[in-house]
Amino acid sequence: MSCLQTISDYGLRSLGIGERLLPKTDITICEQFVLIGSGLFWNIYFAIFALSIGFISAISIAIMKNSSNRFLSLIGKYFIFIFRGSPLFIQFFCAYEIFVLFPKIGIDLNLIFIEVTLETRWLTRAWLGALIVLYLNTTAYSAEIFYEALKSIPKADIDAANSLGLSSKSKFIKIIYPNMLRFSWPSYTNEAIFLFHATSLVFFSGFPAWGQSGDALYYANYFADKTFNPFIPYPIIAFYFILLTLVIIGLFGIINTKLNKHLPSDLKSKTRIKINFIR
Amino acid sequence: MFQYCTDPSILSQFKWFSCYLTSGKHISFYLSFLIVISLICITAPISLFFGFCGSLASRSSFILLKYTGLLYTNIVRGIPDIVFFLFIPITIDQILEYSRHKIMCPEITESVWRGTDFLVCSAAKLPLNSDPQWIHSTYSFLLAILSFSIVFGAFASNTISGAINAVPKSQIETARSFGMTNNQVYLKIIIPQMWLYALPGLSNLWMLLIKSTPLLFLLGINDIVYWAKEIGGSKTSIFKYPHPDWRVWYFLGLLVFYLLVTKLSEIAFKKISNKINHAT
Repeated sequence: MSCLQTISDYGLRSLGIGERLLPKTDITICEQFVLIGSGLFWNIYFAIFALSIGFISAISIAIMKNSSNRFLSLIGKYFIFIFRGSPLFIQFFCAYEIFVLFPKIGIDLNLIFIEVTLETRWLTRAWLGALIVLYLNTTAYSAEIFYEALKSIPKADIDAANSLGLSSKSKFIKIIYPNMLRFSWPSYTNEAIFLFHATSLVFFSGFPAWGQSGDALYYANYFADKTFNPFIPYPIIAFYFILLTLVIIGLFGIINTKLNKHLPSDLKSKTRIKINFIR
Repeated sequence: MFQYCTDPSILSQFKWFSCYLTSGKHISFYLSFLIVISLICITAPISLFFGFCGSLASRSSFILLKYTGLLYTNIVRGIPDIVFFLFIPITIDQILEYSRHKIMCPEITESVWRGTDFLVCSAAKLPLNSDPQWIHSTYSFLLAILSFSIVFGAFASNTISGAINAVPKSQIETARSFGMTNNQVYLKIIIPQMWLYALPGLSNLWMLLIKSTPLLFLLGINDIVYWAKEIGGSKTSIFKYPHPDWRVWYFLGLLVFYLLVTKLSEIAFKKISNKINHAT
């Protein structure tokens, strides 16, 4: 079987499209490359959605933790502590067991005008359930990063904004938000990288892979189990992950230069991968 | 456990929980917490040692050693740690069995990887099929310790390299102008000074180590996650328990356990760093 044939058979296998049976005997390197690559779809999907929704809520949690209202600041603090202080793996298990307890049929929500059926059975599927966990997790990690950045905004900047008579809304948009983003961007890049890495935990943590459509590590593990030869599938997945990590660094680096473009070149903050952000 | 537990009428009372929570299975569950804690305590010093070797190697002037060190230090930045946890135990296992196979059964010339099998002669199996159960579990526990040490050694290597770079250049230059040799500079200046800069990173690493212990479950060890799944479920492959699915409560218990350990370590590290900052 040629490699092109394999690509058309297994290229979209992780979405459930294509050949139903996974290769069992005479597994070629091409098949391993294609299937593991097709599994990457889920890693990218989880990373993009969790990061983009989590970004907004992380800022609100960071502001909550930083607020002078004791009640709000406590909520922010405990939210961050619970999700940063416990293993993501356990969070996945907890969430899955909680989601299983929900009724299977779905809950009818009677909003005044329309009736919405919440499909609770989707919660036990990885595409929604695991996404929710990853979203809450990245929210907590990024909120801590943004909170640290909020604290390090120079007092003089805020004083200047106050003396100019800016309203609190325009003070946030014009002064606090851009500075916070600028200070936290290198750390946030790290958070994005390690969230992307954490997506490979999903199918090992209770969320079942329906119809054998899982993420890249699921297929790599499948091949290692089938061939008893770990020296091919794991280096393949390592190659893919290094490649995509470089893509993330590149994309976030472009934004970083945009955020810092008003600064002289020797003051610009550089992005370095730190390991404080793995889960 | 208790005398009154033999009385069936207790089933409806709250007292029943004291019997339930001290059953044999639960004792194994509590003992598995010790497994996790001992894994942390054994792994931490070994990985610190690995990290030390890695960071020193990456600063060596010998080019092969340097690039090995750099590769080891940086590889965890691009690849998820869970890939290593899946890769390292099976790799070490195969390397050991393969070399034993080559030594013990030289008469078999066929390749070890045959189709979808990994076949070594039965004398080369590790542990031997005839070995008692405890040897099997100790072997897999040792493999787990080794893979945790290698992964966290790489993380520690990152931290220590950063700390070595953070030692002020002027101190090193001063040491050199006193005529210290390269080794003396390392032993007398860089390594003692480095700890100060490494401490925040290392305390962070300790937290990471704690938080990655549930991955032991993936290595096939009967750790707390295994028992929580086993006891909490309403039925396992062998037993059917009289209670409904309680896994949620067991996992929430584990969550609380991890939060407690994290909080305690946080407090401890705060005390240590206050002491060090006070001393300088």
